[in-house]
Amino acid sequence: MRRSWFLPIAAALGFAFLYAPIVSLVIFSFNESRLVTVWSGFSTKWYGELFNDPQLLGAAWLSLQIAALSATIALVLGTLAAVALVRFRRFKGRTLFSGMVSAPLVMPDVITGLALLLLFVAMESTLGWPQGRGMLTIVIAHATFCTAYVCVVVQSRLSDFDRSLEEAAMDLGASPIRTFFDITLPIIAPALVSGWLLGFTLSLDDLVIASFVSGPGSSTLPMVIFSKVKLGVSPDVNALATIIIGIVALGVLAATILQLRARPKKARG
Amino acid sequence: MAKKPQIAADTRPWRDPAAKPFVRIRNVTKKFGDVAAVSDVSLDIYKGELFCLLGGSGSGKSTLLRMLAGFEQPTAGRIEIDGQDMTDAPPYNRPVNMMFQSYALFPHMNVEQNIAYGLKRDGLPKTEIAERVAELLTLVKLQDYGKRKPHQLSGGQRQRVALARALAKRPKLLLLDEPLGALDKKLREETQFELVKIQETLGVTFIVVTHDQEEAMSLATRIGVMNQGEIAMIGEPTDIYEFPNSRFVAGFIGSVNMVEGTVTEDEPDHVRISSAELGCDIHVGHGVDCAPEQILWWAIRPEKLHLSREKPANPFNANVTHGVVEDIGYLGDMSVYQVVLDSGKRLRVTQTNTVRGNPDAITWDEQVYVTWGDTSGSVLTV
Repeated sequence: MRRSWFLPIAAALGFAFLYAPIVSLVIFSFNESRLVTVWSGFSTKWYGELFNDPQLLGAAWLSLQIAALSATIALVLGTLAAVALVRFRRFKGRTLFSGMVSAPLVMPDVITGLALLLLFVAMESTLGWPQGRGMLTIVIAHATFCTAYVCVVVQSRLSDFDRSLEEAAMDLGASPIRTFFDITLPIIAPALVSGWLLGFTLSLDDLVIASFVSGPGSSTLPMVIFSKVKLGVSPDVNALATIIIGIVALGVLAATILQLRARPKKARG
Repeated sequence: MAKKPQIAADTRPWRDPAAKPFVRIRNVTKKFGDVAAVSDVSLDIYKGELFCLLGGSGSGKSTLLRMLAGFEQPTAGRIEIDGQDMTDAPPYNRPVNMMFQSYALFPHMNVEQNIAYGLKRDGLPKTEIAERVAELLTLVKLQDYGKRKPHQLSGGQRQRVALARALAKRPKLLLLDEPLGALDKKLREETQFELVKIQETLGVTFIVVTHDQEEAMSLATRIGVMNQGEIAMIGEPTDIYEFPNSRFVAGFIGSVNMVEGTVTEDEPDHVRISSAELGCDIHVGHGVDCAPEQILWWAIRPEKLHLSREKPANPFNANVTHGVVEDIGYLGDMSVYQVVLDSGKRLRVTQTNTVRGNPDAITWDEQVYVTWGDTSGSVLTV
């Protein structure tokens, strides 16, 4: 049978559609010229310039901190939620809880951001906490939607977890705590890591929610880039974007690999 | 394949009223919500036994096993193992190990690590652990597979790793949940044989849960038949098959012909039952605990019925009925005849094919007489 040309061409066009903008961005980050659209020779000077820009570096450091913190908080909360959903099959309000946990996945960012902003303002005026808006409020906001992602990832791992593995460990003399560390944790660890990485990249990415709940002096990296671009695209933003793409790509790749490895291998025979 | 009377007939401990049971289950009930999965079960199991809990799904056999392992707490009743009350002991403090139906091998550990896991929990020195693991690998014939991960093994190999792991701590009592359930037929027969051999060599008491009656019959020293959370009958395989105590047990084990009848003569040395369904009277050559006019059931196994073209002699004017061969199933070693009696009742009769390619064999649509010995059937009142 002759191989059809249609499928390879369709695939190539699809990939081009998805990645041509990114590739051009990466290429132009090595452009000599200040004009973003004109190629005038290879150079890495914009990368040098980038590392001399305290505003960008400060924002990048803040973003990394926020991403790490919110991913960690989300990991704990999301895992607890997943355990509750998978292990306690029946409890009052299970359906409601399960729906509510995954709602942030489909909620428009604008609405989440606005709702959180209103909540923080109301809390500040009634409880006096959190005072003002800044890194803390961004971390809380990011943790809320990352929790949903972590929960989904861990839930899928837990639901095909064979409970008799834990029973077997206890049967062989391991206490429940020992069982958790010897059996449960190693088996769900890949899901936990991939959940954390997912939360980390999502938080690093987020512009909309962060814009709502940030305060003066707490601009995250995406916010700084966005405001710079409004004044005209400068090549050092290209360089920064290239670095971010690299980090995110590595994160997603790692998460995917771990997620794949977490799946129990097909039994043979 | 049958369990050799390693426990000789005169030393079968369950026949000795003074023998001390190894496992005592006393009036154990387990309720999930309002549903009783196990209700008021009492059972004594003796040292060195290979006891089978046999029942359909939902009969409570697995729940009973899980209570012995400590994964479920009885709602009421006590469980004693080796003279100690274990009812409330957690699974990790019981001298009991279990082989799981899914094998439950730890996927992130290799075969050796799986087998060594329980020994490490006991804090044994490393050299001793290594020795024991090697010993167990030899026992289950997996010497070359120690470094493999469970997913690199075949189903039968995994089953043997699970067995080795469960035996590693030298438990006094081993619980096996459908140990051969996941294997194909041929492998199951071989493994069955090995399982019995290992049990005899080590002298461990086995309690096996199974839904497969053939497996239970060929493995067990005794069988406990469970039905709806209760023990329907406890006995040696032959008792269960030849002397069932109820219609449930008779019907559950093997195939059986069952008819309803009324007692017409109730003497100490014989009983006569008239059965319209059967189209003749049944003469039972021993006394039965029943009353005249009582309605009861009479059950007989297909291989205990005989077919003939000529009417056989019947001194009691009973135990002979007449019908037409409706269907024959040829199985090679034997043939299964379906005979329709004049009443419309169908009887299943098996005949061993002792003559090769017998041209004179009874065939379709023939008129036949069905007959049986006067002690071949069981009279059942419940």
